[in-house]
Amino acid sequence: MVTETARIDEILDRFPQIKRNALIPLLQAVQDEFGYISEEAIVRIGAHLSLPTSKVYGLATFYNQFSFSPRGVYHIALCNGSSCHLGGSGELFGELIKLLEIGDGETTRDGLFSLEVQSCIGACGQSPVMAVNGTYFSGITVKELREIIKQYREDASG
Amino acid sequence: MLPDKSFLLKLAQSDPSELSALEREKVAFLNRERLTRPLVMVNSSTSGTVAGAKETWEAIEQYVADRSIEIDLRESGSIGLSSEEPVISVQLPERTRVFFSRVTADKVSSVLDDLFHQVIPDQMLIGQLRREGQVPWNDVSYLDEIPFFALQQRIVMEECGIIDPFSFGEYVARSGYEAFLKIIRSYTFSEVCDLVTRSGLRGRSGGGFPAGKKWKVAFDTPSDQKYLICNAEESDPGAFMDRTLMEGNPFQLLEGISIAAYAIGSNRAYIYIRSEYKDAIRRIDNAIWQLREMGLLGDNILDSGYNLQISLRKGPGAFVCGEETALIASLEGRRGMPCSKPPYPSTAGYLGRPTVVNNVETLSNLPGIIRNGPEWFRGIGLEDCTGTKIFSISGRVRISGLVEVPMGTTFDTIVNDIIGGVNKGRELKALHVGGPLGCMVPVEMMNIPVSFENMKSRDLVLGSGGILVMDDRTCVVNTVRYFMDYVDKQSCGKCIPCREGTRRMAEILGSITRKPADEEQYSTLERFKGVMQLENMAEVMKDTSLCGLGQNAPNPVLSTLKYFRQEYEEHIFDRKCPSNTCTELRSWFIDVDMCTGCSICAKRCPVEAIIGTARHPYFIVQEKCTGCGICYDVCKFTAVYYK
Amino acid sequence: MGIKLEVNGRAIEAVKGETILTALNRNGMHVPTICSMKDFSPSGACRMCVVEVEGRENLVPACSFPIEKPLKLKTHSPRVLRARKTNVELLLSNHPDDCLYCERNGSCELQSLSEDLNIRERRIPGKKSPHKIDKSSPAIVMDLTKCILCGRCVRVCEELMSTSCLDFAHRGNELQISTTLAKPLNFSNCTACGQCLIACPTGALTEHVQFPELETYIHDPGKTVVGQYSPAVAVSVAEQLGYRPGTDLSGIINAVLRRYGFDYVFETAFGAEVMIMEQARIYDERDQESQDYPLITSSCPAWVQFVEQFYPELIPHLSPLKSPQQLTGILVRNWFTRLKELEGKDIVSVVISSCTAAKSEARRMEMTHSGIPVIDLVITTRELARLIRFNGLDLEQLEPEAPDSPFHSAGTAGQLTGVAGGEAEATVRTIYRQMTGKDLAPAKLHRFRIHRSYREMTVKAGNNEIRMGTVSGLSNAVALLEEIRSGKKKLDLLEVMACPDGCTNGGGQPLPVDERIIRTRSKAVYDIDNGGSIHTAHQNPAIRRLYEEFLGEPGGEVPRDLLYTTFTKREVLL
Repeated sequence: MVTETARIDEILDRFPQIKRNALIPLLQAVQDEFGYISEEAIVRIGAHLSLPTSKVYGLATFYNQFSFSPRGVYHIALCNGSSCHLGGSGELFGELIKLLEIGDGETTRDGLFSLEVQSCIGACGQSPVMAVNGTYFSGITVKELREIIKQYREDASG
Repeated sequence: MLPDKSFLLKLAQSDPSELSALEREKVAFLNRERLTRPLVMVNSSTSGTVAGAKETWEAIEQYVADRSIEIDLRESGSIGLSSEEPVISVQLPERTRVFFSRVTADKVSSVLDDLFHQVIPDQMLIGQLRREGQVPWNDVSYLDEIPFFALQQRIVMEECGIIDPFSFGEYVARSGYEAFLKIIRSYTFSEVCDLVTRSGLRGRSGGGFPAGKKWKVAFDTPSDQKYLICNAEESDPGAFMDRTLMEGNPFQLLEGISIAAYAIGSNRAYIYIRSEYKDAIRRIDNAIWQLREMGLLGDNILDSGYNLQISLRKGPGAFVCGEETALIASLEGRRGMPCSKPPYPSTAGYLGRPTVVNNVETLSNLPGIIRNGPEWFRGIGLEDCTGTKIFSISGRVRISGLVEVPMGTTFDTIVNDIIGGVNKGRELKALHVGGPLGCMVPVEMMNIPVSFENMKSRDLVLGSGGILVMDDRTCVVNTVRYFMDYVDKQSCGKCIPCREGTRRMAEILGSITRKPADEEQYSTLERFKGVMQLENMAEVMKDTSLCGLGQNAPNPVLSTLKYFRQEYEEHIFDRKCPSNTCTELRSWFIDVDMCTGCSICAKRCPVEAIIGTARHPYFIVQEKCTGCGICYDVCKFTAVYYK
Repeated sequence: MGIKLEVNGRAIEAVKGETILTALNRNGMHVPTICSMKDFSPSGACRMCVVEVEGRENLVPACSFPIEKPLKLKTHSPRVLRARKTNVELLLSNHPDDCLYCERNGSCELQSLSEDLNIRERRIPGKKSPHKIDKSSPAIVMDLTKCILCGRCVRVCEELMSTSCLDFAHRGNELQISTTLAKPLNFSNCTACGQCLIACPTGALTEHVQFPELETYIHDPGKTVVGQYSPAVAVSVAEQLGYRPGTDLSGIINAVLRRYGFDYVFETAFGAEVMIMEQARIYDERDQESQDYPLITSSCPAWVQFVEQFYPELIPHLSPLKSPQQLTGILVRNWFTRLKELEGKDIVSVVISSCTAAKSEARRMEMTHSGIPVIDLVITTRELARLIRFNGLDLEQLEPEAPDSPFHSAGTAGQLTGVAGGEAEATVRTIYRQMTGKDLAPAKLHRFRIHRSYREMTVKAGNNEIRMGTVSGLSNAVALLEEIRSGKKKLDLLEVMACPDGCTNGGGQPLPVDERIIRTRSKAVYDIDNGGSIHTAHQNPAIRRLYEEFLGEPGGEVPRDLLYTTFTKREVLL
């Protein structure tokens, strides 16, 4: 088992130049690798780029892509673009909150689901759109949503 | 893997008439005028994938494998019919290419069965592509004859969905890279600036600033290093023209970037792209790699002495990074907060050096302008606003997708003629143009010829060109609230008017479109106070905000207050939503004929607003009802309805 | 080259390239600002300074708009005033209405701005951002509900202090000032210097007030309350009581504190002189030639904290002494109690200081003796002024009094530590004596007193040279240390003060403050030294008595036990 430290070091090695403009690509690499940015990653990235950790944290919190808690087994991305809004994404969001008991950017206690509301997935013709781990569901209704979540729960337990 | 390098470079630099017969035949295969085996292209861009293009692709693979048919299966971009995905096109040797819509995996075999028997299935048919030297299908209309395409003038999107975005050879065979090679061979930097100035090309990202003028400033500012940045942070919800261009024709964009970089004397270019655009990133990455292999990127390009590096940077997701100074901050590894202008990026931008930021659509226009000359471009569109504009249309429409029309086309043409208007039985109410920072165009103003000036003179904005079509079932106030909520979350928070203003306006709009259960006299007063301030706040925000985001954030409010005041008043004074969209403002009733008196609604009502006796029709006390709609959800006899 | 500006119909001259704000200010015209700070690059965030420029569609911020050509502008047109007023109202819509209970009531810039703009009702309603008050730090309280996100603290912490403890986090309506991972201040890399409090326009960042605790001790008959105040306090507390900046209240404060109820009143300057005695000895014993770094002073607690966190490799070069307030405190607990036959547990030792970091310092493990803190309470200059008003003490009615014996001091060497460079100056006086056996005329070092963040001077002492330097402001210190590290600069003795201009501009000092006020405060300290008769620590009879009766020789066993301390590397999120 490779330790977290070693994996972070491996990423840092890919960015040998100590320039501030490497900060975002570095954080992206860490986010892709771990699914979130840990305290250790912040400290090590700061040290690598000679940047105060407050700047690393301040930057990471600015952007949607970075999260500070691990993602769920199933990561749900719900589109809230204008077309999806007209198509009822608001109701879907409300239903997801009810079903999963988490809000935007949060992960369920059992670590099964995490939820992210995206500004536009880019499929305005098929609204409302939702993606679970990259699998798209288009034109769904609240009822279908319940079925989808139920299915994933069953998949996880069975 | 790559086709013959020297041949492609020769091709890009020479007139077709100079080519030998053998070479011309090679070209015909490259641009797929001629084929050796059937070609099937599947739109694998995001809109296609969401609709199931991946499954369609697999079904096609399975189909040909089962029958041992040899075909050429390729990915393509989108032809702009986003709501009709998955779109596939099939071209049999010697025949014209035919496009089909909504070909989901289960439909693959029926479509291909027919086609391989030289029959065109009627269902799902879009039309055939007009090409010289190919045998057309009978009784199949050409793409350019059907209304959706007939009324468009596609100069930027011309090849989108038609060519293979992974094939440099095909791009070159379709006159690609002619323009860039022409300029690095025979134009000076400032000649390119002048040429583009003469074409009248203006930035397509909303501001409409003349591109050539911006370049000239950057070119004239002395510096050891200059930068060109392609703004592909297209985060307007409902806008997808940049993504489609990148997915459909990445080489065109890269050629445009090369031209612009050359014009300002820069040898470093960045593409700042939304990290969510995975498909576009894949295509651009591939295209950059191919161009490097061809020697069209790198040091001393084709012995011209000109160096150019293009790098892809993934934007970590912030709407405000579409603003150029915020984008630059983000590239530098800082929080994407805009800075005051002046100094403008064209004099002091990325790392303090002169920097030009242009968006994808603007840059994609360049190869055509250079190839055909500025006069050709001037001939399209209006006198003061030349060329075409791509609109992405979504919302309550029959077809949603991308429409490229000359500047000066009316909204009426775009929405009613090209897209086919709203769904059957509905009535067009308004267009929301330009995304969250855009404005609401009422039906009466649909006949204005689209241009930056025509919009501005009516207190409207064009923005990046997203059009959200609203029918009579959509609520103007609710839509404005949605956009304001969005901007509120996306504001960088640096300046007071934008940070606090969007937040307050979103709250006020929320209070108009909701009916809180516990509104007491005091909060009613607060609500009215807020409404009184809405206009003032919007105007001050416009006047004092630091960047374009804050200055334009009040647009939806100001334009709707101007053109849809009536609807606000109904929400505020009558507490009614005329389109019945604002759920909390609905009034609920029980149909006495339908109600069986099962009492479940009364049991579930959180505020005990439903009274009655078992086995007799129940009744909702309007004064108590908060409009939550639970009774509607629980009623098994559909006896609950709203007005 | 002058450019003509027409401002509200009046013609003024501007210099090409300067901002509108600079031009207006130079010509005596005023537009309100929140986010702009002198000597910092403009951020253009608050939009208070907007003016109307003819030919521009939108209002422009005066603070960041460079003048390139003649302009016609209006600074107070109805349009501008409406914009300013609305923006302040927007700020207030997310600001608690508890001015009356606020630390900064009366010195708040937002309060005076809304007064200036005649805001008389809450026209814009709204929900307020929920935040918890961070009281974890013994020195600084952060109440983000009052934060208006001007970013002044962020820029001060980064640019002036090189600490970068704070930065903006999140965005839009969730934008807030935050430490790394939103840790409480006490677990961050905050050095407690308090410069952010000076920069903060509202009550979002304030000192951790201990004045109410003092009240209870004062009225507890079983406690002997012993107070000491630092030299910088004496020359600045007057400002907050309505006197001219630079008024020296040294003697009056003794009277005030006694009237208030302190049982004994001392001057921290006494401890400073003990420190000088020991520091001169350490300097003498140190083999400077073999060292890469000079002997660096450790009297500034924020600087000590900074070194422990960021430059632990410098710890061996820090003079291993406690700070003057801690030295006075330890002597109170060990010598004074013996003289007066008092029980240690009945003593309440209070420091009145211009420093917020002293509050943190008092909580350090190293600053305890036999398990109990040497200093019980630290209150700032601002708290002292409040205490004076609270108790209705009228300064006009009081005559100057002397501090209590045995720390009664007639010397001025310790007083000098109130300004940046003062400690180095006073130490060199004693070092000179050690080296040559003669006293250096004070005027010889006056060249060292120019008003600059870094200054150095070489003093010839017989056959030796003392290369002395002083630097204030942590960023300046970092830059200087880099020069020393790379060998570009050679020094023997370096005084570092975390706050720019030293304790006179400490984090606990009266507000508002500007360069002119700091200069007058510094001048008052120098005036005390110039007017005094005993200029060196070793000549001070009270110091002599201390060494004769209690400490023995400088550097001896008793001083080492009581006056010396250790520094350790601190692991925090940097």
